[in-house]
Amino acid sequence: MNRHNIITVYVKELKHSLRDRRTLLSMIIIPTFVIPALTYGVGKIATKVIAEAREETPVVMLLPGGDSPGVVAALLRSRTMKIVPASANYRQLISDKKIRAAVKLPAGFEAGLKAGTAESVLILYYEGELKSSLAAGELDRFFRDLRDQTVKARLAEHQLPASLIKPFEVKRENVAPPEKVGGNLIGGLVPYLIIILCFTGAMYPAMDLTAGEKERGTMETLLCSPVARGDLVLGKFLMVLTGSLSAMLLALTSMGIMLFVMGALMTGAGGGRAAGVAVAAAQAHSASATLPSIDPDGILGVMALVLPVAVLFSAILFTVSLFAKSYREAQSYVAPMTFIVILPAAVGLLPGIDLNVRLALVPLLNLSLVCKEMLSGVWHWSYIALIFGSSCVYAGAALALAVKMFNREDVIFRA
Amino acid sequence: MIEARRLTKTFRDKQRGEIRATDNLSFRVAPGQIYGLLGANGAGKTTTLRLLATLLKPTSGTATVAGFDIATAPEKDRANVGFLAASTALYGRLTAREMIAYFGRLNGLAEAEIRARTKRLSEEFDMHGFLDRRCDVFSTGMKQKTSIARMLIHDPAVMIFDEPTLGLDVMAARAIVRFVRECKGRGKTVIYSTHVMSEVEKLCDTIGIIHGGRLLAEGTLAELRVRYGEADMEEIFVKAVGGEDRR
Ligand SMILES: Nc1ncnc2c1ncn2[C@@H]1O[C@H](COP(=O)(O)OP(=O)(O)OP(=O)(O)O)[C@@H](O)[C@H]1O
Ligand SMILES: [Mg+2]
Repeated sequence: MNRHNIITVYVKELKHSLRDRRTLLSMIIIPTFVIPALTYGVGKIATKVIAEAREETPVVMLLPGGDSPGVVAALLRSRTMKIVPASANYRQLISDKKIRAAVKLPAGFEAGLKAGTAESVLILYYEGELKSSLAAGELDRFFRDLRDQTVKARLAEHQLPASLIKPFEVKRENVAPPEKVGGNLIGGLVPYLIIILCFTGAMYPAMDLTAGEKERGTMETLLCSPVARGDLVLGKFLMVLTGSLSAMLLALTSMGIMLFVMGALMTGAGGGRAAGVAVAAAQAHSASATLPSIDPDGILGVMALVLPVAVLFSAILFTVSLFAKSYREAQSYVAPMTFIVILPAAVGLLPGIDLNVRLALVPLLNLSLVCKEMLSGVWHWSYIALIFGSSCVYAGAALALAVKMFNREDVIFRA
Repeated sequence: MIEARRLTKTFRDKQRGEIRATDNLSFRVAPGQIYGLLGANGAGKTTTLRLLATLLKPTSGTATVAGFDIATAPEKDRANVGFLAASTALYGRLTAREMIAYFGRLNGLAEAEIRARTKRLSEEFDMHGFLDRRCDVFSTGMKQKTSIARMLIHDPAVMIFDEPTLGLDVMAARAIVRFVRECKGRGKTVIYSTHVMSEVEKLCDTIGIIHGGRLLAEGTLAELRVRYGEADMEEIFVKAVGGEDRR
């Protein structure tokens, strides 16, 4: 290994890459501007959609209930629902979102209430549709109130205390620090983004420095130089790693700045740790009091753990692209790999999956899970050490493979 | 000095099976001499030259280039070799100056040395007009000059040319031929592959006719003329490889 040669190759590759529009785009422009803008946009839209849905007064159809005038009148008085008269194709109307829900009162409902023989009320809605669910929720609340009143009236009738049917109350109190709340809300998203960015940042330099060079005929020129093959690989690899890390760091910095500014705007003066780092943009309703913040130490922890993964990505992308004879061929190998990367990263987003020794050895998934913990202020040092150690082993193996493949003439001079 | 001893390279190909790209090649090239490797497509020229430049490793046999064994001292070998092929391209996003300097650094030259040599080479090849322009906008002639400067920056003792005139027009091809002859004048050891008969006639001290990976005939032009009883190089070549239809 010759440090001078490695640096010479690295500096040249850096210069050459920074003059390439594709690499520049994936390494700098997209992470700095597009990713934060996208995150902001999606958060904004989600917030808006939810707020709108909550504000809208749902249209609810009342199916035959002529013999229950009291209940109907109460429904019509409701300010949270708009009741429309029955029509036969109500199922279709719900599907078409012309009405949000429908309610069917059984025959003789009101009489039954008085006599104590009431049957069930049927609420029809479209599961999974936000506005329909909200309408069903309103109907639910209305009939629960009606039931409570009925019970109260009956108790009064028999001169029994109201506490008879409510012997005790249940209350909840949150003990998690604000970091924990913030960490869980966005703690899943941050590692997901980091993993994807590390991968996409390395993608273009990896293809350009291997298959791209073969295609343009500069690989053979380079191999004529007396520099050892291993040094060439390391110089090139460092460039790929630079792409990976710069994409990640630029996106994080840029998003941090964006969220800091937003946080400052939302909390007024903001200040201190609360607005410190990263806030979920979509937290419209929980933003009322304090914004959920995440542990700044967590961010540092994430970066330390991401390093070996960036090495792993860079080395693997380098090796895979090295087999290709052209940029296009390399793209066709690398594109499917994106899914392999997204999948374990996305599994980390699912709630309820917790770290254990076996999961701590699964590359990417382990990172995704431990990042979620660290960002919410939980530090399982034994897992962190295990994950860092195993990631380093994987990264080292991948880099060794890259060097090995670069030394194989049937890879470099593939017929 | 180049000395090849029973140099053999086989490739494994899925469809064609085992290919003997070079088969027991032995030859010598002394300093101040040009050795012409003449062969048709697929004869094994590129493979031979890549073996000498240690881009490929031989299956058996060996060679010494500038005194270094290609198997045991490949890096020292390359430090003494200038390699130019139709397939050795320039980095499009570097300027000619950056390209030359990069190869100077890869060859371990000091920055001052690189500057001095770049200046000398750019004067010699009249490169001032485009020295600081990016290679991807160059004409073929500019690319050729830059490539030659790239191969000369470390002043190698052995020069390897693999069909350097491929795809060039008459004037550009003549410029290359003139340059190769100058290398000989400076005492370089030169090996030159081509399938163009007139080039070997004009240029080479010794001609090796290669076909199917094997060296079928070797000698000076005069010797070959006597041996095959033909004056024309093309006729000599056809006779040497065993007739028109043997491919
Ligand atoms: N990397 C490789 N893998 C498999 N076969 C190869 C490889 N390189 C060359 N060959 C085969 O070896 C033989 C010699 O090829 P080579 O390129 O040395 O010939 P050449 O004389 O340079 O021909 P050309 O005039 O086409 O450049 C050919 O049959 C070629 O197909
Ligand atoms: Mg060839």
